[in-house]
Amino acid sequence: MVKKINSKKKLGKLKGFSIQFMPYYEIRELGSNDRIRKVLEIVLGNNILILQGKLQPEEETRLIGDTMAMIGHVKSFKGIELAVIDNSKKETFIERVKKSVLDTLAGGDLGAVTIIGPASIIKEIKRNPKKIELMLKG
Amino acid sequence: MVIKIMKNFFSRIFSNLFKNNREIKLGFYGPPNAGKTSLANHICKDFTGEEMGSVSKIPHETRNVQFKEKVEIEYKGKTLMFKMVDTPGIATKIDYEEFLKYKVKKKEAKKRAKEATQGVVESIKWLEDMDLVVVVLDATENPYNQVNITIIGNLQARKIPVLIIANKIDLKKADIKKIESAFPEYDTIGISAKTGKNLEEFYESVFKLSKKIR
Repeated sequence: MVKKINSKKKLGKLKGFSIQFMPYYEIRELGSNDRIRKVLEIVLGNNILILQGKLQPEEETRLIGDTMAMIGHVKSFKGIELAVIDNSKKETFIERVKKSVLDTLAGGDLGAVTIIGPASIIKEIKRNPKKIELMLKG
Repeated sequence: MVIKIMKNFFSRIFSNLFKNNREIKLGFYGPPNAGKTSLANHICKDFTGEEMGSVSKIPHETRNVQFKEKVEIEYKGKTLMFKMVDTPGIATKIDYEEFLKYKVKKKEAKKRAKEATQGVVESIKWLEDMDLVVVVLDATENPYNQVNITIIGNLQARKIPVLIIANKIDLKKADIKKIESAFPEYDTIGISAKTGKNLEEFYESVFKLSKKIR
């Protein structure tokens, strides 16, 4: 659910902004450095990325660390907004094993979706177990 | 066969002896303004008489990783030695304009923002060195925040024992159940670092969790 909190008048501020979808196969074969570089290229181009699947936990922290290091060095960059939507329900042992086998065969958790965008465009990603709201800046 | 069993027995005894004598690196992680330094201060004051760092209502007050070595915590006749590591709050975005709302001057706000970004990088670097991590969350805030999920996911991937703290239970808006349902696989303890409420349960959990250190 995408919520625009600005009026039509203020839409001019979002000039150049687009939403890009990336299927998981585009990053499946890449190493961590290249995955992060690919994600950053899109986000620094003032785009919101919707990625099929999710990054590894270590890659997520690397992404946060790398973007923090860019604040103050890249013009008007203030960081990112990031949200991973996946099946967070408590799984039984059998379900966990099944999921782990399927994830291994697919090369990643394809049931998840990751949203990453520049903080200059996304005000907030509000989430609770039932819904996710993308609040854009006005 | 008998020699092998004896060898394993003695090596287990020696490794346990070594484990009990060494300093456990106890990290305090979480988003900004959750009360990491307040909790670390309370513990340090209780067991060493000194505090660890300054606290403030302005986010990112802690902008460097702070240490307190040889903190001997005693609980129900048992003692453990800790190296306390209080880390800057982890965030995905930092805007100096946010500090202006707290009447911080523009120059100071920019400096604070720069130091805060470096603090986040430093916190992340230290993550892998921890033996045990206390993730401090503000119980009045929505726990379904990606920073919380990312920190806990990283600790899980590194097999570092985690204890979740729902801080600020002295406030009416606090909702421990919401935190428990967000992270059902972990023990969650509700405390107030400000008043010291429920710290006994916190120490009990830390001692229990220290047995899981690899």
